[in-house]
Amino acid sequence: MSRAASAGARRAVEAAPVFAALGDETRLQLLARLCHEGPLSIARLSEGARITRQAITKHLVTLESSGLLEAKRQGRERVYQFSPARLQAARRYLDQVSAQWDDAIDRLRAHVEEP
Amino acid sequence: MTTDSIEKRAVLAAPLARVWRAISDSREFGAWFRMDFEGEFREGARVRGRITYPGYEHLSGELAIERIAPPNYFSYRWHPHAVDPERDYSQEPMTLVEFELAEVAGGTQLTIRESGFDAIPAGRGLEALRMNSGGWDAQLQNVSAHVASR
Repeated sequence: MSRAASAGARRAVEAAPVFAALGDETRLQLLARLCHEGPLSIARLSEGARITRQAITKHLVTLESSGLLEAKRQGRERVYQFSPARLQAARRYLDQVSAQWDDAIDRLRAHVEEP
Repeated sequence: MTTDSIEKRAVLAAPLARVWRAISDSREFGAWFRMDFEGEFREGARVRGRITYPGYEHLSGELAIERIAPPNYFSYRWHPHAVDPERDYSQEPMTLVEFELAEVAGGTQLTIRESGFDAIPAGRGLEALRMNSGGWDAQLQNVSAHVASR
């Protein structure tokens, strides 16, 4: 059980930067665009934006370091694309909270059903 | 997918009064929940406890007791699974955990509901993404299709 718990704690800690990265309106919009439109350059992502290119670059760096985006070089430009693996990991966090309650109920059962 | 609450239901082969004691008495609760509490559960109290889960003894947590309504309803708020000792969770909203008991054939039905995940950072992003882009699952499918097509 302690092995499962430590794996669980590790997963929660790993998921934390993903949740932090998602907790911002601008970053969510950037992420949604990259989901819908596929890989885009910083220049494309900055077109028509209400914030500066520098601000967008900063948000992209945050998303990249959380593992939600991958960056690659295309000629002179840096192109960002959505990387769904980390988002799935974040979703597994909620599944894990659910599994922790299952474990707790098993222990409660043993506690109250003992003769 | 719902991201705001988790609900669990189980039938325990024990009388309702026995299960009530196990969830409403801080020592009994701590025995199976694996926390060593410093005080009794009282409405409005914040009860600190040391985690006794093997490997996590250096961590502690706090329950803000919301309601104790014998013989069958108990609730508290807490920072769900706040496991990172480096992080300050105190400013984050808490989730509400509710225990409800009912007598059924064969024992006691226990319902545990934990809600409010959308308000905490862990849930907020997930919910916001779902609202913004019309479904997370659909979104992931879009991306998979997109990636597969090249």
